[in-house]
Amino acid sequence: MATLLQQIVNGLIFGGLIAMVALGYTMVYGIIQLINFAHGEIFMTGAFGGLAVYTWLLPAEAQKIWYVALPAMMVGGAIVSLVVALLMERLAYRPLRNAPRLAPLITALGVSVFLQELTRIVYPGANSAVPFPNVFSAAPVHIGSITIPSSGLLMLVVSVVLSVVLQTYVNRSRMGRAMRATAQDPDTSRLMGINPDRVIVLTFGIGAVLAGIGGVLYGTYINNVDPYIGFQNGLFAFAAAVLGGIGSIRGAVIGAFVIGLIKNIADIYLPGGTAYDYVWIFILLIAVLVFRPQGLFGEVERVRA
Amino acid sequence: MLNRTVKAAVVVMAGALALAACGTNKTESGGGGSASCDTSKGTLTIGVIAPLTGSLAALGLGIQHSAELAVAEANDKCTVKGYKLNLDAEDDTATPQVGAQAATKLSSDNTVVGVVGTLNSSVAQTVQPILAGKKVVQISPANTNPSLTKGTDLTNPKRQFPTYFRVCTTDNYQGPDAADYLVKKSGKKKIAVIQDGKTYGAGLAAAFSDRATTDGATIVDKEQVGEKDTDFSGVLTKVKAASPDAIYYGGEYPVAGPLSKQAAALGLNIPVMGGDGIFDPKYIDLGGKEGDLATSVGAPVESLDSAKDFVKAYQAKGYKDPYAAYGAFSYDAANAIISSLATTLGDSGTWSDSLRDKLISNVGSYKGQGATGAVAFDQYGDSTNKVLTVYQVTGKEWKPVQTGAFEG
Repeated sequence: MATLLQQIVNGLIFGGLIAMVALGYTMVYGIIQLINFAHGEIFMTGAFGGLAVYTWLLPAEAQKIWYVALPAMMVGGAIVSLVVALLMERLAYRPLRNAPRLAPLITALGVSVFLQELTRIVYPGANSAVPFPNVFSAAPVHIGSITIPSSGLLMLVVSVVLSVVLQTYVNRSRMGRAMRATAQDPDTSRLMGINPDRVIVLTFGIGAVLAGIGGVLYGTYINNVDPYIGFQNGLFAFAAAVLGGIGSIRGAVIGAFVIGLIKNIADIYLPGGTAYDYVWIFILLIAVLVFRPQGLFGEVERVRA
Repeated sequence: MLNRTVKAAVVVMAGALALAACGTNKTESGGGGSASCDTSKGTLTIGVIAPLTGSLAALGLGIQHSAELAVAEANDKCTVKGYKLNLDAEDDTATPQVGAQAATKLSSDNTVVGVVGTLNSSVAQTVQPILAGKKVVQISPANTNPSLTKGTDLTNPKRQFPTYFRVCTTDNYQGPDAADYLVKKSGKKKIAVIQDGKTYGAGLAAAFSDRATTDGATIVDKEQVGEKDTDFSGVLTKVKAASPDAIYYGGEYPVAGPLSKQAAALGLNIPVMGGDGIFDPKYIDLGGKEGDLATSVGAPVESLDSAKDFVKAYQAKGYKDPYAAYGAFSYDAANAIISSLATTLGDSGTWSDSLRDKLISNVGSYKGQGATGAVAFDQYGDSTNKVLTVYQVTGKEWKPVQTGAFEG
């Protein structure tokens, strides 16, 4: 029982991480139907951005005070991610706005490899994994026999809070309405006075900020980062977005938690144990897509004129 | 229209420049002291295949530079009469497919006399047949998986490739050596075994488990992690439920370091032990904790008289990266190739593909005193040197705690 509860906690923490990345996938897809495979690398650059702030910008006294260091790193990571994402959008995707869908998809894969290798070459020591400081409390929280790492708990809480804020923003604000309108029909929304380029930039920006914050929290939790962390986590985030229904914010978050829980519960109860936990995630994904191709919360693909 | 042409030209030029930069970067000349030697017959090349980038680059760069050192010394001493030696280091990114490309590239160059590499046993599996097809001799400084030389059926060993040799010992000694230390010396009786599913990790973990069971310990849990995983809470929660008193990990430090740290965070304050794949300072940087153990091939380089000259020469060259766990082995491997090449060519020989068979048989019978001790090969191409050392993390550093030849 203790093991099960512990695995549920582990699963929720992992799900919280994946959710922050999955939101970027799902929002960008919702607006321009692009599966931005380089989004995992946005997450990775955010982690390195946070580490750079810690290493070179924070004075030694501030490094020890978590409520100074952590927000500074999160802001730094978010800014780095934001800049990278906006450059990526402007230089790689905007020129392909009216190209066939396959072109930006392949471009995204190229951008992904480019960002991995660029980080590896540019960031000192990034040829192999770089230690990341645990600026948050190192002492775990004990509830009964369950151990919860404080930094993992923080990641979960921040992830849920940001998801709720984002959902509210998209549903309530003026810009959010513009985003939904552009997603529904870019041509008509342009006639209504919405500038689609601005909406698209904003979407990339929000996704990047979330991924950047996620990257910093990931570093704090795992305590080391390398240029390739975006690949596997990005893949899970993509799976989460598809599972929840790509284009849906609520779906991406729920999909992420489902994936986190399945992975950790498969470790103990499903055949194959830890060697096959990823297999179960993707079996579930396939099973859902067979019966609900639009994902758990997705809308049936609209036919566009 | 003109604009478009200019753009295309700029792109092409940028590409050409980038390629040129790669080219000069990868083929490094093996030292300058060859002016006094007779190099009238041209240049011969020693290839290196190792991970020069990626998470295992620390080990791969040590292999590359140590081979460079051996080549530079041979050029200074005019070891190979009539030829200048060059080093061509190819990056395998620790990936079998990329290793195969590197092997194809090297084996299609007929000035390549031999190859030092690979680091990973899984990469060796794809590299071996390619080099063997062109009769290019290969000496690995670091492959420890036994099946590379003897085949998968160890009770009925059969030499796999006549071109393949290695200067380090294998996991069918390393695994049991670790088990003897952990069970008999440290008195751990309940051991959890985790491995990464790769050729090296799975083989080492299996060799360890067999011996640990014979020694009287119980393997209370067996788990597998992914090579790219970073969050091990799921695996470790399961390990914790089995309440082991030690963890044995078959794999490499990029996973093992964080794994050890996350185990401690979960309240599993037990030592993690691994093989030569975790024996690197980076393991401690990434979270390896005090008391963790590793076995590695050979005696500690710093303690060997035979290695002191190597260490001094390596430091004098001022390479950017340390020689790491396999530097001394790589140096010995390169020297075995160079010295066998000198024997093959004699004073007046001219290199051609027809000499490859002779070179292979000369490597097979090579006997020398290297940085890691006596270097020689048995009938399978394995090193006759079976010395293993157990290291422990003490004061944020790997410290040797036991050295000896494994007797079986």
